[in-house]
Amino acid sequence: MVKKIQCVCGVGLGSSFLVEMNVKKVLGKLGLKEIEVDHSAATDVYKGSADLYVCGKDMYNTLANQGPCVVLNNIISVEELEEKLSAYLKEVGVI
Amino acid sequence: MTNFLMIIQDVLSTPALLIGAMALIGLIAQGKPIEDVIKGTLKTILGFIIIGAGAGILVGALDYFGTLFNFAFGVQGVVPNNEAIVSLALNEYAQATALIMAFGMFANILLARFSAWKYIFLTGHHTLYMAALIAVVLSVGGLEGWQLIVAGSALLGFTMVFFPMLAQKTMLKITGNDSIAFGHFGTIGYVFSAWLGSLFGKGSKSTEEIKFPKRLSFLRDTAVAIALTMFIFFLLVSVIANFREGFDIEMTAGLNWFLFSVIQSLTFAGGVYIVLSGVRLLIAEIVPAFKGISEKIVPNALPALDCPIVFPFAENAVLLGFLVSFIGGLAGLGILVLLGGTLSLPLILPGVIPHFFCGATAGVFGNATGGRKGAILGAFGHGLLITFLPAFLMPVLGTLGFANTTFSDSDFTVVGIVMGNIANVIQGSGLLIVSLVIFLIPIALGLVKSKKA
Repeated sequence: MVKKIQCVCGVGLGSSFLVEMNVKKVLGKLGLKEIEVDHSAATDVYKGSADLYVCGKDMYNTLANQGPCVVLNNIISVEELEEKLSAYLKEVGVI
Repeated sequence: MTNFLMIIQDVLSTPALLIGAMALIGLIAQGKPIEDVIKGTLKTILGFIIIGAGAGILVGALDYFGTLFNFAFGVQGVVPNNEAIVSLALNEYAQATALIMAFGMFANILLARFSAWKYIFLTGHHTLYMAALIAVVLSVGGLEGWQLIVAGSALLGFTMVFFPMLAQKTMLKITGNDSIAFGHFGTIGYVFSAWLGSLFGKGSKSTEEIKFPKRLSFLRDTAVAIALTMFIFFLLVSVIANFREGFDIEMTAGLNWFLFSVIQSLTFAGGVYIVLSGVRLLIAEIVPAFKGISEKIVPNALPALDCPIVFPFAENAVLLGFLVSFIGGLAGLGILVLLGGTLSLPLILPGVIPHFFCGATAGVFGNATGGRKGAILGAFGHGLLITFLPAFLMPVLGTLGFANTTFSDSDFTVVGIVMGNIANVIQGSGLLIVSLVIFLIPIALGLVKSKKA
């Protein structure tokens, strides 16, 4: 079950916010508007703070082991996000 | 009727309500459903109030730090931190900051539409910080009322297209395509780093071919990084103060120096954490609205985005840039100490956040033009730069120049130093004219360019 997606960057102000807007765009396309999407700093990530994390590959080491994570090589690419996010959602049976 | 006008006046002069009103108008204009309008407006006001609360906590820790530093070394010690200085600036200049931010974004759209520099600056927190800086510097320069707002918005709009334009050449090298731009007010430091890289890094291998320890990445947790570095700073000043004659235990809140440093460094980190949460709420409605409106009016403009967008392109350069920039900051501090007697400059300590984010970005820019040599030299140069610039910014900030914190990233300091020194010569309305001329430069350049074409 994926109820909440948390997008993460260093201070949780700029790039995670852009990723959040992109995640919302992709979820809208997939018809999954009921999933809650938020953005935050790495400080605000703890086990269970979300069902899925989305971050750039430079942040992954900071987040590892907190839960499933979609890791982006290019954090502003909507195509890469759509591909990886829908692959994960398929894998866990949401779509 | 007079009652109604008085309410309007009260809203305009109460910054939290003014910002709330702007969010309300923006949300209604976008045709959002009523529950979103209510939620967005309330959260924006909440964000503003939280920033004020964080400022109170930061001031407490900074007061201790400033007193101890002065007692231990006999000079002013400054930890540059954008969040801290902006939260202090908002205590006094909130109304001007809010209005300059709102109209500055319109100015950005105008410039993107009518000039050759087609960028939309989407890093909302930096727009807020730059608006605060401009409000302070122009107020100190004698502008007030509508003139302050018009001049400030014109300048803010200019910075929102000028700096992305400056970074674009190297951005092409980093990302390999021309669909995004770079919007983070440390650009002068990054371009400086890229320039050093191109001078000295010919043929140097990329940083991405070295193996680098991954364990340092726990420092990417900003609260942890701030607490650790502030702990070292507090420890240093409280230990030295302890050995000085006339030391009073009240200077360390009646606590042992070690425990005092633990508590105060975490208090400072907590204050920054709170301010960041406030800023996050404050800009949460503004940025998507700005993005939506600008995409309708100037569909061909490039979005200028926050600095971590370049981090995944060169992960090693990110860590290398941070470390080397920090070392550059320490070297710069050493130079300030040596110069101290002759120039009476404040001592600028290496703040971890500017060195992390801006140093890392400088590393990526230096790597793009000059490989690992470029990343190291560029980040070191950047570290020196963001140590010296704040020292020259402090005098033009009026009473805020005496705070023990200041703006950190290079573009804030450069814009502050340039406008502040212009304001020393040209006061009042003249300053408005200067600002408008600066605003018109990109449009004039665009006209020249299209005539030639």
